[in-house]
Amino acid sequence: MKLPRMIRSAFVIARRDFAATVMSKAFLLFLLGPLFPVIVGFGFGGIGASIESNVERPVVVVIGTADDYRALDQARQRIEPLVQGERGIVLSRAAPADDLMVQRKSLLAQQNPPVLGVLDGGLDAPHFTGAVSADGVTVRQLSFIVDLARRDRAAPPPAGGRPLAVVLTQSSSGSLVSARSLTARAGQAILFVLTILLAGMLLSQLIEEKSNKAIEVIAAAVPIESIFVGKLFAMLAMAWLGIIVWTFAGAAAIAYYLPGGLAALPAPAVGWPMFIGLGIVYFSMSYLLIGSLFLGIGSQASTVREVQTLSMPVTMAQMAIFALASLGVGHPDSASAIAGMAFPLSSPFAMFGRAAELPALMPHLVAVVWQILWVALILRLAARLFRRSVLKSGPAFRWPWQKRATA
Amino acid sequence: MLRQAQHERSGEAFAVEAHDLVKDFGDTRAVDGVSLAVPTGSIYGILGPNGAGKTTTIRMLLGIIDPSSGTRSLLGHERPLDAAEQVGYLPEERGLYPGMTSMDAIAFMGALRGLPLREGRRRAIELLDGHGLGDWAKKPIRTLSKGMAQTVQLLGTIVHKPRLIVLDEPFSGLDAINQGKLEELIRREAAGGATIIFSTHVIAHAERLCERVAIIAGARVAFEGAVDEARGKLRPIVRLRTRAADGPWRAALPPTAKLDNGDWTFELPPSGPEPLLKALIDGGAGIETLSIERPGLHDAFVAIAGAAAAREMATEIGETA
Repeated sequence: MKLPRMIRSAFVIARRDFAATVMSKAFLLFLLGPLFPVIVGFGFGGIGASIESNVERPVVVVIGTADDYRALDQARQRIEPLVQGERGIVLSRAAPADDLMVQRKSLLAQQNPPVLGVLDGGLDAPHFTGAVSADGVTVRQLSFIVDLARRDRAAPPPAGGRPLAVVLTQSSSGSLVSARSLTARAGQAILFVLTILLAGMLLSQLIEEKSNKAIEVIAAAVPIESIFVGKLFAMLAMAWLGIIVWTFAGAAAIAYYLPGGLAALPAPAVGWPMFIGLGIVYFSMSYLLIGSLFLGIGSQASTVREVQTLSMPVTMAQMAIFALASLGVGHPDSASAIAGMAFPLSSPFAMFGRAAELPALMPHLVAVVWQILWVALILRLAARLFRRSVLKSGPAFRWPWQKRATA
Repeated sequence: MLRQAQHERSGEAFAVEAHDLVKDFGDTRAVDGVSLAVPTGSIYGILGPNGAGKTTTIRMLLGIIDPSSGTRSLLGHERPLDAAEQVGYLPEERGLYPGMTSMDAIAFMGALRGLPLREGRRRAIELLDGHGLGDWAKKPIRTLSKGMAQTVQLLGTIVHKPRLIVLDEPFSGLDAINQGKLEELIRREAAGGATIIFSTHVIAHAERLCERVAIIAGARVAFEGAVDEARGKLRPIVRLRTRAADGPWRAALPPTAKLDNGDWTFELPPSGPEPLLKALIDGGAGIETLSIERPGLHDAFVAIAGAAAAREMATEIGETA
């Protein structure tokens, strides 16, 4: 069959599938589904903000003299800018009682404010008691505070001088590498989530035709390859329709969570317009690659139950693909990165990550051609497998040691 | 008429040809060396009981499945799908999308065969109106009765005006009125120049409609040729009642003649009716009634495919009626 007719046939299949999906009531739920987390996120974001403002910092009670306490608190204040938020400890003082053991126990049981631990023994023989990790943040802070307080006591204050002069630049090599890695990871994550959300539907695409027997009418009229291509592109079009809707919601979410919008994310190496363009291309390619594989696997299933059974291993396989693609982030020319780019199913994710880290565009052209070849190959194999095992077409498969049946 | 002109231009003597088609499903041979030739513009029947291999043969002819061995050509194309736009196919297991409207289902089937969607919808309305289903054009298939849905699928099979129409068990599931309508439609399409192939296990339909038949039994073609040729395999049957119980006229009867309730039944001798009549009259038989019946396709089928296959088909007719 000639290519234009194959494409026309695929278009007929795609048009039917797209219309049947988009015109169904379930499609509204499909569009709204991914918005629920955004809505919930807004709600929880507000609650989280209010919780954060009320976070109580851990209190350590110092049992000792006023001088020791003053020295310790001054030292604490000096390191406070380095240990921000709820992890920074607060000190309070208690005058020594007759029975230290009883006083410790009483302080540790105190509820208002809740006491994390008790420091006694002064600067000369400090002793901390509390329910914390031995090498955790609290103990490390206290050790540093005690050390600073001791140095302050032993040495005169340092000579005065001009404060640190700071000149800010747009970026440095160190900041660029780590910042672009962040963009690469964020881009890959978005691509992966969209693919995992949307491509899974292709597993069950041929169940309808099999159950209502329309497959016989279609298979008699058009090549199986056209059926597969049509279904794949119909679902891709539907996915893009969803993504357009979700992008508006996403834009609102970004504006809310990241007031600077995309500018708040580190700029990718190829620049934002090209990065977004490549995102569109690589989402389409990852959808077509993984989708064609799913379509092929799903076409072998004859019931919805079989498709459901296939869903879990397929999701696990997607996770493995994503892991392979993620290996190269931060080292875009490493062997693991090249492996991720060369393996067809992880290639779109890996290449999208690379776009965030390196500015060269030619590798993307090569990668897209490579990915298109694999889509064609997978579809061809899937169609052949469908013809052979579902339609029972062609000579029966036999192992070399199996005898040919006789009439 | 347009299709007739296309046939004439293409100059194909046979719309479909198959040579030694074999199909194995695992260790089961479903079709074993089927060869047939369907003349262009004819109505061709494929007869046989269920499981004989009719549907598998049709699926191979249409390119839905490839044969294990053998060759076939469809409207001059060795790869059947190359001729798909000129073929209409109604499968045995009817298949429509339940959510589609009747009009869209017909237009979709046309679009699969290369008919533009808009034109398909226009023709769908015409066809549905012509078959009394105009009010159902914009209603989903799931709201139609089984017979109506079957009609919609049949209309989808012919909406693109195919040169070759293949119908697999088209009469099954239809009531007598709709069977009559379908026979009428088949004749009309054939008169318009289309070649029609249909499979059936109801010999009466084939007898009324077909010019040529293939009788398939046990995965093999037991007979392939004109209906008259199939009937010609059997001698005409003579039924005779005489006034005289005995006499010299008895010598004119063949040794295989049987008497049942005063009627003699025997095959017409190869010499024909005239010498027989003369011998009976001269022998003083006193002919009360005499009829010479041409054997039907059913009789030919029994003779060709065997009594067991005929009984099997009769049972199937009883089950589907």
